[in-house]
Formats: sequence, structure tokens, C-alpha cells
Amino acid sequence: MRIRPRYTQWLAVTILGGATILTLAVLVFIIVFVLEKGLPVVNFGFLFTNAEDMGRAGGIFTTLIGTIVLPLLAIIVAAPLGISTAVYLTEYTVETRATKIIRFGTDCLAGIPSIIFGLFGFIFFVTTLGLGWSILSGGLTLAVMILPTIIRTTEEAVKAVPKSYRQVSFSLGATRWQTVKRVILPNALPGILTGIMLGIGRSIGETAAVIFTAGSSLRMPSSVFDSTRTMAVHFYILAREGISSENAYGTAATLIIAVLAINLTAYWMMGRFIAKRS
Amino acid sequence: MDAKFDIQDLNVYWDGNLLLKKVTLRIPSCQILGVIGPAGSGKTTFIRSLDRMNELEPGFKMEGRILLDGEDIYAPGYDAVTLRKKVGMVFALPVALPMSIYENIVYGPRLAGIRNHDQLGGLVEQSLQAAFMWDEVKDRLEMSGLRLSGGQQQRLCLARVLAMEPEVILLDEPCSGLDPISTAKIEEALTALKKKYTIILVTNNTKQAARIADQTAFFLMGELIEIGPTDRIFTAPIHKQTDDYVTGRFG
Amino acid sequence: MSLIGEKGVRRILSITAFSAISALLLIALFILTEGLPFIFRYGLHDFLLESDWDPQTGKFGIFPMVAASLWVTFGAMVVGAPLGVAGAIFLSEFVPKSVMRVVKPTIELLAAIPSVVYGFIGVMVLAPLIRTQLGGPGLSLLAASIILGIMILPTVISISIDSIQAVPQSYREGSLALGATTWQTIHMVTVKAAKSGIIASIILGMGRAIGETMAVIMVAGNSVRIPESPLDSVRSLTANIALEMSYATGLHRQALFATGVILFVGIIILNSIAIVALRKRVYKK
Repeated sequence: MRIRPRYTQWLAVTILGGATILTLAVLVFIIVFVLEKGLPVVNFGFLFTNAEDMGRAGGIFTTLIGTIVLPLLAIIVAAPLGISTAVYLTEYTVETRATKIIRFGTDCLAGIPSIIFGLFGFIFFVTTLGLGWSILSGGLTLAVMILPTIIRTTEEAVKAVPKSYRQVSFSLGATRWQTVKRVILPNALPGILTGIMLGIGRSIGETAAVIFTAGSSLRMPSSVFDSTRTMAVHFYILAREGISSENAYGTAATLIIAVLAINLTAYWMMGRFIAKRS
Repeated sequence: MDAKFDIQDLNVYWDGNLLLKKVTLRIPSCQILGVIGPAGSGKTTFIRSLDRMNELEPGFKMEGRILLDGEDIYAPGYDAVTLRKKVGMVFALPVALPMSIYENIVYGPRLAGIRNHDQLGGLVEQSLQAAFMWDEVKDRLEMSGLRLSGGQQQRLCLARVLAMEPEVILLDEPCSGLDPISTAKIEEALTALKKKYTIILVTNNTKQAARIADQTAFFLMGELIEIGPTDRIFTAPIHKQTDDYVTGRFG
Repeated sequence: MSLIGEKGVRRILSITAFSAISALLLIALFILTEGLPFIFRYGLHDFLLESDWDPQTGKFGIFPMVAASLWVTFGAMVVGAPLGVAGAIFLSEFVPKSVMRVVKPTIELLAAIPSVVYGFIGVMVLAPLIRTQLGGPGLSLLAASIILGIMILPTVISISIDSIQAVPQSYREGSLALGATTWQTIHMVTVKAAKSGIIASIILGMGRAIGETMAVIMVAGNSVRIPESPLDSVRSLTANIALEMSYATGLHRQALFATGVILFVGIIILNSIAIVALRKRVYKK
């Protein structure tokens, strides 16, 4: 027997809605839980003093620096590479064996566990290239790790730009690169930024790959060749080794707020950008 | 009279299918050439060959020669970008780029290297005047082109092409999505523009060709059946298929 | 005209396009050189299918870890994929745009929450709950599955929403105009058109689940044993590497790299299957 469309509709809405509410509830719970336990710890002193006694006392200042520097380095390396790869794949080639291999490689890279990136970064950057446990090793490892994310999201965003815009641009005498620069990239920007945000988010939250490549030094780094510890690593060590759950919550809360701030800024910028164009 | 376009034995293939067969014709300058024919007759493929838009799609292949002012536009050394600056195209669906009206119009000139603010401003006014929409939008040039109506967007597209100061304007069924009033405005603009430009107008509306074209070409199944002065094509066609089509017996 | 010129731009782009694949090859090269010699010496069969892992006595069988990794990933997909896709469909098709504008950024924000935070919540909230309600040690396969399932939600939702929203509005209107209900339109038109993006989101989520290390270390319990029930404590391949790498030397260290090789090869095979499946579906259209 066929169920009437209207009942399936009702059923679908209920199930989908229920799933959505459950999802949101769980995710919101996590944030609220961490902020509630962690925010009381966070204050000016916590943020801007160095950790003492392995993090049992004192603040998180050096890890704050590590958390800013590592993802920044990763994005500076990965974003140009990723965006140009995506543009090349979508705008400059038709499907050939080479692009298929590139796509396949990108997809595979996306699926590789961060611990493998950690092992690789350790063997390649830390040992073989002799960069040691350092910001440089960590940043480059993270760059390799987030490269596929940026490629994929940029590709999707670029593909979503209507074909007619390209036609118009070409018909007005634009070269391919001019079309990319003036029509495609501006229109794909929100999607590209989403990819960059996902990449930054992944780098900020990464632990396994960072411990093996940037180390976990609590000292203030003086150059990119120094070891550093990110907040995520700091949090992991505090929580896992039971050093101080109070400071662990504080670090987690700071992490979440930092991520929130970055995202809101990006959305604000994107909003202004879109408003200007339509 | 000297031909602007001289098309010789043009064959066009798409993924191996022959879409245009042995098309040969001369297109004189400063006239409107109407191109009519039923859907799938190759009209669009034909005009898209004239500014090399076809080759942007994979699977396109052509044989024969297309001469613009005596130069083969498919010759290896001929730059498609230069060609498209000389030969502008208005598409079937109005496509305003997601930027302001002003930015839409200066898009082409900027690509051509014009940076001077006054010069660009002058071009914008001129082209909008020529497309008969200056009065409608002169106070809101900063508004997004996407917020114009369909008919206005299509005239914006025309203005955008005019701002490049091309020699030839190709129009691919420019009025297919428009209401009669917008259509009339575009036809009025085209009639005024033919003094200066060579205009090739593909249309699926035979009456439109009858109204404004000086010459009309009839395509069927990828072949050019006949071409001649519009009056003769509509009153005394040589071929029976043309007669059937223009009198509305098929297509 | 730009300084580099059209041809130069094309060349630069084509070179960068090989960045990802070169990185992949480099990773393969280094992991394989470190790990393969060990596998040849110890024997692939023994390494993969023996259940004894005791570096002190030179026993390196990783079967329990392989089983644990597979189960944890499967569990995470069971929890995360349906919820994520359902959420994405609901948010993009049934919820007003104004609500979306708030909800989507929030969800993307959640993708950025470090996995260790999820792990910590698992330890503090979920594990005790499982211990008291269902029995067992709490830190278990079940806990790991749920935590990973939740962790991949933002990835799945965010990318699915993007691909659903990229479906032209005219498709939906076309279907609705033919008398289809919203739901019929969604599952017959919208979801079909957005399929490749949705599958991609699930694959990306799966990759994240298999590869997750720290959160799994925190909640899975880390006993080297073949799981018999979801409530058992287990240790994944990734956890095995991270837990022992810091003090491993000699043969033990090589064995850990060999574990990396297995993970790496496994992922490549899995990805290939997913990619082929995805391609087939595209061709069917």
C-alpha cells in the first residue's frame, strides 16, 4: 500500500526536525558545559601570565601564542596552494587523467588520520629536514593536513558560481585569469572563507599532529625554530595527566571563545562583502 | 558592399555530431542580420562561432573559415580575447553580474585597460543612453544590477556590450524572456544602433526579424537554407521550407 | 594586463595543483620506508591477525586494534551520519532563512571545537553515564562511538547544507509546481541534485572518525583486546601509535610506524572504494 504523500511529509518533517533539535541540543550542551565550568577561571591574569608548575598554576600565555602562530603559518602556506589548485582544477582543465589523479590524491589526503600527519611531520620536518620540534615543523605539517579541506571547499564554491557569469565575462573580452580574478573568486569568496575557517578550526583543535611536530614546550618561543605548545595540546596534557582540571576547563573555555571570535569576525566581514555586492 | 563577416564552408561538430553543415554567407556591416529557424536548427551554434564562445566548451570542433574584416578569426595566431572585444554578445537570458550597474558597464572597458574615472563615467552614460535606459537608472548607478527587472537587465547587458565599443553585436534570442514593452525598447535601440554597428540577431520570433532586420537568414537542421533581404524572405522565399516556416506552417 | 601574463598564471596554477598529490606521495614514501621493513620481517599475516601486543616480549599482533578501529568508526557513522544529513536537510529546507543565518555559523563554529574537548566531555559526562546505566567500565567502544559521532556532526551538516543550498531554486519550484509536496521535492529532486556533496560530507566525516586519536584515547579505555560488546574498553590503531610513540625505541618504534602503514593503506583503500562508488553514481544520471 502506498502511504499518502501528506503523511510522509508530516513524518519526514517530524523526524528531520527531531534529529535537528537533538543535534543542536547536544552541541549546545557541550559549549555551555565547558563555558560554565571554564569561564570562572578565565581572567586577564590567566590569559597573560605564563604557566607555572606544568600548568598546575599560573596562566596560559605561551600556549595562546602557540595557538595563534601555528594555524596562522598553516593558513599562509595552505590557502594560496589550495585555492590555486581548486581554481586550476575547475577553471583551467577539462577532466583528464591528470586531474583525476589530482582529485584522487586530494580525497585521499583528506582521509588521512592526523596521527599519520604527526608521524610524517616528525620523520620529515623534524628529523629529515632537521627543523626539530618547532613552530615551522608544526605549521607545515598542519598546512599539509588542511590543504585538502581548502581545495574541496574552494572547488565547491567555484563550481557554484553560475556558468552564465563566466560566459558574460569572456564575451566582454576577459581572459581566463581576469574572469577568475574579477568574477569567480569574488563570488566564491564566502565558500572559500568557510573552507579557510574550517582549516583554521582544524589546526587550532589538532593535538596529535602538533605534539609530534611542534612539541609541547611551555617556554615562550623566540623564533619559528622553537618548540611551542598550543592550547589544545595544553588542555590535553592537563586533562589526560590529571594535572589540573580547573585550568583544563579554563583553557577549553578560552579555546572555544577564541574560535567563536574568529568565526564571528569572518562572518561579519563576509556579510559586509555580500551586502556591498547585491 | 564590403562584408564584415565572410563565412566559408563552416562545419561545426559537438562531441562528434555535425551541428552546422557547409554554412557559407557574407554579413555586410551596418545592418541588422536576422537569423531565424526552429529550435535545434543551429542558429545559436552559428553566432557563438562568430566570437569563439563555442570553443570554451569541451567537445567543440570546427572546419572552414570565418573572416572578420578579411582576417581568419580561427587562425592560430588570432587572439580570442581581442576578437571578443570587437564582437560583443548579448545572451538569451539576461545576466547581470552581481555588482552595481556602474560596475557592470565598466567591466569590459576596465579589462581593456581604461582606468580614467571621467572616461569610464562618460562610457557609462553613453552606453546607457544608447540602450535607452539612462533616464531609468541614472540616479541609482550604485544599485546592484541584480535588482533590475528582466527587461532592464537585458538592456543593461546591451549597454555593457556597447561600452566595449565593439564593431559587431551578436544577440542570441535576446527577447525570448521579455514582455512586449521591453522587447519594443530593445528593438528600438537596435534599430538606432545599426548606423554604427553590425548587428546579428538570432531570434525565434519571425515577426521580430520581419520588423527590424535588413537581411534575414533561415537555418534548418544545421544548414543555411537561404539568405536575402528581409522583405523578399518573408514575401517571396525561394525555398519551400522557408515559406513554410515564415508563414507558420511549422516550427 | 597582469605582469605575469595569461600563460604564466596557467603554469603557476598547474604547478600548485600538484601540491596535494606531492604531499600525499611524500607522506606515503616516508611512512612506508619507516614501517614496511618491519612488516616484511615480522610477517604481514602475524602482524595483522595475531592478537598479542606485548612490545616487551617482542609480540606485535595488532588485530585487536584493527577490530576496535573498524567498530568505533562504524559506530560513529551510525550515530553521526543520519543525524547530520537529517539536520542539514531540515535546516536548509524547512527552516526560515533568518534562523539559518544564526544556526549555520553556530554549527560551523562547533566544527572548530577541538576534539580533545569532546573527549573530555566524554570522560566527564558520558562515561559515568554509561557505567551507571549500562554497566561496564564506562570508557568503552560505545562511548567512543557516540563522542566521535557527535564530533563529525558539524562537518557533515555544514558541507551538506552548502551542497543542498547550491541546488538551483528553479529545480525545487519546478517540482513543487508539478504538485509534489515539500518532502517529495526534497527526496526526489533536491537531495538527488546535492548527492555528491552529501556523500562527500559523510566521507570527510568518516575520515575524521577513523583518524581521531586524542579523543579516542580519552574515552575508549585503551585495553588491547578484541571487543565483544559495545561496553568493552578498546584501543584503536591511532591510539596505539600515540600512546606508545613517546617512549618506543628500536623494534617497538618500527612496529608503531608499521601500524601507521596499515592505517594509511587501509584509509587509501577505503577512500578508493568511496571515490569509485561516488563516480558510479554520477555516471548513472
